[in-house]
Amino acid sequence: MRQTLRTGAAWAALGLAGSAALAPAATAQEANLVINDEIEIVTRAPAPEHMEYMSEVVSGWEYRSPETQALQMDDFENPGMIGVDNARADFETAMGPDDQSCASCHESPEALEGVRAVYPKWDEAKGEVQTLEMQVNECVTERAGAEPWDYTGDRMTEMVALISSVSRGMPVNVAIDGPAQETWEQGKEIYYTRYGQLELACANCHEDNYDNMIRADHLSQGQINGFPTYRLKNGALNAVHDRFKGCVRDTRAETFAPGSPEFVALELYVASRGNGLSVEGPSVRN
Amino acid sequence: MAENVTPRVRVPKEAAAGEVITIKTLISHPMESGQRKDKEGNLIPRSIINRFTCTFNGETVIDVAMEPAISTNPYFEFQAKVPESGTFTFTWIDDDGSTYEDTKEIAVA
Repeated sequence: MRQTLRTGAAWAALGLAGSAALAPAATAQEANLVINDEIEIVTRAPAPEHMEYMSEVVSGWEYRSPETQALQMDDFENPGMIGVDNARADFETAMGPDDQSCASCHESPEALEGVRAVYPKWDEAKGEVQTLEMQVNECVTERAGAEPWDYTGDRMTEMVALISSVSRGMPVNVAIDGPAQETWEQGKEIYYTRYGQLELACANCHEDNYDNMIRADHLSQGQINGFPTYRLKNGALNAVHDRFKGCVRDTRAETFAPGSPEFVALELYVASRGNGLSVEGPSVRN
Repeated sequence: MAENVTPRVRVPKEAAAGEVITIKTLISHPMESGQRKDKEGNLIPRSIINRFTCTFNGETVIDVAMEPAISTNPYFEFQAKVPESGTFTFTWIDDDGSTYEDTKEIAVA
C-alpha cells in the first residue's frame, strides 16, 4: 500500500513536470521577459484583428530553452549587442563626398526611438512600402551620396539592430491599411502559398503547427519582432530576409532574393501578425 | 591586426568588506585559430588573444593562458573576494603585441 502511494506521488510529480514542459502557456505569464531589469517585453498578446485563425500571438522567445532565453535578459550576455556597439560607432562614420554620417541628421541613435516599431512602412515619395533596410540605404545613397550597403550585409544588419535596440519594449504597430494594403495583401498571399518540392507554406509550420516539434526544432509562430536575431547556430546577427530565404530554401524551392518586392511584402505581412508584441531586436535564438 | 577590438567589463560599483563578487568580462575579437584556409586555399594566419589577466590593487586575481580553440569574442566570468576599496585592472594580450586594458573602481562600504 505504502509502495503504491509513493508511486502515485511520483507520478503526480512527473505529471506536473510534464505538463509544465508541454504547456508553457500556463506558466509563461509570470515568467515575462525583462531586459536589464528595466525593459519589459510583451511576449504574448491577443492576435491582431486581421488574423482569422489564431487568438494569441507569441514571441519566439517563449519557444526557446531557459539558457537561450536568459541570454536575452541582459545586454552584457546578449552577443547581438556587440553588433549594436559596432553600429553605434558606425553611426558617426562619415560617408560620401560631403562626409555625412547618420549623426549629421539624426544626432544620436536614441533619436530614432520608435522607428523600428512601424516599419515596413508606406513611403509617399517613393510610392512603395519600404523596409528599414531600404530606408537606411535611401539615407546612405541619397543623403550622403555614398555607395549602398549590402541589404543583408553585416554593416546593414548591425545598423538595423542598433535602430531596433532603442525601440525595445515598444509595441510593434505596422500600418496595413491605406496605400500599404495592396502590398500587405500580396504578402498574405505569399504567406499562404505552398512553395517548393515539399509544398510548404509559411502557415503550415508557423500557424498550423507552432509549438510542435519539426524533427529536433521547436516550431515558433515565426514572429519577426525580435529581428535582427543573434542565432547561436551561426554565431551572427541575422537579417529577417535571410531568415525568410532560409525557410523558403528548406521547402526545397528557389527562393526570392533578400530585398526583393516579394520579401518586402512578406515582411510587412509577417510584421503585422506581430502587432501588439514588443520590439525585441536584437534577440537571441538558436 | 584584429579590428574593432573592444573590451567590456561588468563589476559591481560597491560591495561589503570581504564580499565575494561576480565579475563578467568580454572582448570582441575574431580569435582566428590559424587552422582555417581562405577561398584560395592559403592558411589564414593565427590571430588570437593569448593571455588575459585581472589584478586588484596590483594583486593577481586571475591569469589565463588562452589557446586557439577558444571561440570568437571570449567571455570570462569569475568571482573575487573584495577586502577593501580599490581598482580592478583587466588586461588582454594579443598575438600581434597589442594590449587592451580596462579598469573598474569598486567601493567597499
